[in-house]
Amino acid sequence: MSHNLPTGAQPTAADLDRPLYTPIKRRSFFMYAGATAGATALVLAGCSKDDNNSPGMVNVGSGDVGVLNYAYALEQLEADFYTQVRSGSYYTSLAAGSAEKLILDDLYYHEVIHREFLKAAITGAKATPIKALETVYPANTFSSRASVFGTAMAFEDLGVAAYNGAGQYISTAQYLFLAGKIVSVEARHAAIIRDLMSENSFVGNDVITLTSASNSSVSTNNAPTNSSLERAKSPAEVVAVANGFLKDGSKLDVSALR
Amino acid sequence: MNFFQIISEIEKVDPEVYDRLDSRRSVFKNMAGLGQKLSAAALPLAVGAIFNKAYGQTPANLTVVNVLNFALKLEYLESYFYNLRPTALFNTNTATSLNLIATDEANHVKFLRDTITAIGGTPIAVPATTEFDFTGSQGGKRAATFANYLTNAGTYLALAQSFEDTGVRAYKGAAPLTAVMANKTVLTAALNIHSVEARHASQLRAIRRALATASNPAPSLGIPVSPYSAAPKSWISGTDAGGASPSSSPISTSGIYGVGNDTGAATYGAGTSNGTMANVLFLAENNITQGGVALSGTTLPNTSSFPAEAFSEAFDEGLDVGTVAAIANNFSVSTTYFN
Repeated sequence: MSHNLPTGAQPTAADLDRPLYTPIKRRSFFMYAGATAGATALVLAGCSKDDNNSPGMVNVGSGDVGVLNYAYALEQLEADFYTQVRSGSYYTSLAAGSAEKLILDDLYYHEVIHREFLKAAITGAKATPIKALETVYPANTFSSRASVFGTAMAFEDLGVAAYNGAGQYISTAQYLFLAGKIVSVEARHAAIIRDLMSENSFVGNDVITLTSASNSSVSTNNAPTNSSLERAKSPAEVVAVANGFLKDGSKLDVSALR
Repeated sequence: MNFFQIISEIEKVDPEVYDRLDSRRSVFKNMAGLGQKLSAAALPLAVGAIFNKAYGQTPANLTVVNVLNFALKLEYLESYFYNLRPTALFNTNTATSLNLIATDEANHVKFLRDTITAIGGTPIAVPATTEFDFTGSQGGKRAATFANYLTNAGTYLALAQSFEDTGVRAYKGAAPLTAVMANKTVLTAALNIHSVEARHASQLRAIRRALATASNPAPSLGIPVSPYSAAPKSWISGTDAGGASPSSSPISTSGIYGVGNDTGAATYGAGTSNGTMANVLFLAENNITQGGVALSGTTLPNTSSFPAEAFSEAFDEGLDVGTVAAIANNFSVSTTYFN
């Protein structure tokens, strides 16, 4: 576990031996107690998935600032997406004053405001915002209705699930409140975008627990079948999707958010 | 089964798990005993027993139960309202929307009851349907503001949007309570209901837009029309000129979008404290100062061309429990059900 090994290092022969020569913390000791062989325990200890080093990745950090930077990263992605939507061929073909155009305009405004606000809030908290992320999208993402709204839907649903899953990592009430102020607007976005894709899909089993229970990796998320709770996602689940839209060097490392 | 991974995962949300597992700290003895005496098949049962011992005796957090019971009352209000939905007034799309929302609210009622029981609390008694008067007359004690809600689609939808927007503000306002934040399972559940209420609110607003442009049966393609009280956006723009029915009397919906009460916000009902809530202010929906940052096209980069209303739309606001109770009591025959 991270208590024993230098962060980010893969275990070497020397590392595997070292805990035996140093005073063993109680919690580390617990890890060894039930194992069949000391060597097995040491390998387990060295293989925690949280210890992966991530060269070239953007680490959002930990604690309240980590959550704020995580949110800032996702808002960067959404804001960039809608910015590019507005110069893409599908949007520019829309009639002025059409429902779709008005909606895409508002979503663009809201997400850019979220991005710029979070950057200001992180700076205001005497912390350092992550860098500006570089995005990448599949070819023709901005040229068809299906891909514009399909991608928007994926981002909005992901944003809601991300905020809901990360709320438990916030320790300061006012930051939790701020996250709540943003996430309900994201949910409003998600509902209308989903209906533009398919009328009356504003809720559905893919995003709330209806015909199946929550199977999220969010350990506090245990909603059963027919409970109609949002399917929150853990930071690891979220970046598994988000990193697909981020260039090398901009991909997110959220391993410290827990 | 990787037992150590499970312990590690629990430790992330409960740093005291090791102490809970064995407060006497004779960890080695217990774990060694497990490994030696139990077959692999019996291990899951033994692990279950450990966790029952660790968590089963935790005293019920009555404060969290109070908050959940208040949420449960609101869910009953919504659920009973949707149970009365006059489907025949609506086109197929809208009727389907209302069916979906009705299902969700009934599910929320059951989930909250089960959750309260699971953490050792007692859910409130199931309210009689006669506790709620959706006309707003409180059982004939005053004029009926929404007398035609079962025969007029616009009135019914105005009430529905009002209940959903109130619900979003209520859950948002309760999440930062110390007692809620301290129980991560309850917090995550509350957040996961909060966003579903916001999805509902968005949909009902879209339906109201579509009704305003009557030729369009597809809610998503309705056009919002400023000042949005009749044909609203899917999100709250400023105070939406008072919401769905701002000039009705004696109940105006404007309070739903107005300022809350920061004094004693962590207290509701008969003075039951729900903990503290530092640095949380219940401002009106047209608020544009967030986290001490005054939002405008001049203070935020890359937003100079944005319409002024976008800065309030981008954030929903929370409400304190007392203000929510006052709003909801407008539909209580006893006039005090939500206290």
